[in-house]
Amino acid sequence: MTTRLIEVRANILRENDVLARQLRERFHQAGVSVVSFVSSPGSGKTTFLETLMARLASRYRIAALVGDLATENDATRLQRACPQVRQITTGTVCHLDAKMIAAALEDWTLEDLDFLFIENVGNLVCPSSYDLGEQMRVVLLSVTEGEDKPLKYPTIFNTADVAMITKIDLAAAAEFDREAARRSILSVRPGMKILEVSAKTGLGMEGAEAFFASLRAAVARL
Amino acid sequence: MHELSIALSMIEQIEQVAARHPGPVRSAQVRIGVLSGVDTEALRFAWEIARAGTQFASTNLEIENVPLRIRCPACGDTHPAEVDSILCPRCVTPEQQILEGRELQLASLEIDE
Repeated sequence: MTTRLIEVRANILRENDVLARQLRERFHQAGVSVVSFVSSPGSGKTTFLETLMARLASRYRIAALVGDLATENDATRLQRACPQVRQITTGTVCHLDAKMIAAALEDWTLEDLDFLFIENVGNLVCPSSYDLGEQMRVVLLSVTEGEDKPLKYPTIFNTADVAMITKIDLAAAAEFDREAARRSILSVRPGMKILEVSAKTGLGMEGAEAFFASLRAAVARL
Repeated sequence: MHELSIALSMIEQIEQVAARHPGPVRSAQVRIGVLSGVDTEALRFAWEIARAGTQFASTNLEIENVPLRIRCPACGDTHPAEVDSILCPRCVTPEQQILEGRELQLASLEIDE
């Protein structure tokens, strides 16, 4: 009996990657800027998005998808900022994937949107493996999580495009070492853009708003 | 469990390949990059669960861990790197291109004939 070696060389998550590529193409054709947000649970994704969406809603047409294992709480909160929000409850699945996004968007007319924000399940591990077809991925890190968090979770920081330090109004109370955090971020993702905000007090939100608005300016120029 | 869904995806892919190459699948070779987000031991454990009761119940999993390898845009050289230090030793330039280290790949199957 002989043994043959069959070369496969296939990405195990190929199915997700193929779907994500299709989504990315669809988003591009529709002219909608899609941004996803990942972080630990409790870093302030929903509060940040609530605040950002309220600020952008007067100028832009916005929709959001939010993933959680259970409850519709986050979708309800985001709907206060803008009505077109849909909750994806994953049950036991610890991350969103392209199939879930495609299913959630099925009846939406993407051409009518400027922004689609996707809030991932609170998890710094699993979302890193799943492309959602987004144009940009933002990883949030709050001032109470420890400056070395990026070093502990290099994969998620490496697959993100922008890091956002949140809850900066608590920085003094948490004895947050801003320079150490920035060093950690830049050592796992050299050149990464870093924003700093407090959604609660508004500090840094104008800069954040301008940053996201610049994505639309780039689209308008095409 | 996350690695379980990956192991189940592997079963599906191995099924597709095995359909074209009859014979028992003795082993599957998988390449996992240090930046893939997948834990080797968790995947081994998940494989035991995923293969049970399938036609691949005796298929062994062989894992190759792929270290990080980067190319520097400034000097064009390729270097090994660590996940917490993705910098060219010479140029210290950001925006390194990651050549290897992100793989989550079914590389090959050993099939008995």
